[in-house]
Amino acid sequence: MENRMRLEFNAVSVNEGFARVAVSAFFAQLNPTLDEIEDVKTAVSEAVTNSIIHGYGEKEGTVIVSCTYHGNDSEVVVMDSGVGIADIEKSMEPFFTTKPELERSGMGFAFMEAFMDEVEVESEPFKGTKVTMKKRFGERKLEE
Amino acid sequence: MVFYVFFSRKRLIDNDRKGDDRMGQEYQCKNGQLIVEMPKEIDHHCAKELREDIDRMLEISHVKTLVFDFSRTEFMDSSGIGVLIGRCRNLGYTGGSVQAVHLNERVKKIFMVSGLSKLIPIGAAQEKAGGRFDGE
Repeated sequence: MENRMRLEFNAVSVNEGFARVAVSAFFAQLNPTLDEIEDVKTAVSEAVTNSIIHGYGEKEGTVIVSCTYHGNDSEVVVMDSGVGIADIEKSMEPFFTTKPELERSGMGFAFMEAFMDEVEVESEPFKGTKVTMKKRFGERKLEE
Repeated sequence: MVFYVFFSRKRLIDNDRKGDDRMGQEYQCKNGQLIVEMPKEIDHHCAKELREDIDRMLEISHVKTLVFDFSRTEFMDSSGIGVLIGRCRNLGYTGGSVQAVHLNERVKKIFMVSGLSKLIPIGAAQEKAGGRFDGE
């Protein structure tokens, strides 16, 4: 079965919790394990937080989260029209952060990569950033 | 003689934010040990406030051991890691030690994946922040 959804919300920190809960509710249709859904929640939280803090610098903006699944293959896309990332490779290095004064740990992308199967980042300075994350949910047997 | 500092977060948070989630959150300082009851969800949204609250407590009470109590915590992302590392560093200046207790499987996973478990030892169950004793 295939399904899709798309969320658009203001880039404010209170929506971080909203985004991860909405995404987890959508993927709950696939009957994932608790651990799988928590992995997706953490990854979504990281990507949305990045858009808010780095993309828009905690100023006004819009974050778009779209989710699709095809069978057990899920995909989450988090997009913003913020400042973009000049050096994607550098930004994905663990512990690298451009905002140490905010005590950012620099683990955002590392977490996305640890908890999802695939992470792809596309970005253009002053245009925005698009993070695509994929995860395959394990097949659960209905009859044991 | 035991010295208690109770610090209710109820007065510190505005009501439109996750107020209900964090009702009764307490900071308890006893014999140089500060136990911080961590919120239900630790993300960027609550990081700043949490950071400031803990730092304020570290300033006013002479803390030798800082204990993060995760009894209520169901979610934590890398913003939480930043808060914990920052507090460890601040306490490090005065020579104190840090510990984390009552982690559920999820928070434990976050500790392991981030390598935070090397910096903050995961302690055995002990007295909870609310003053209850879980008997373990």
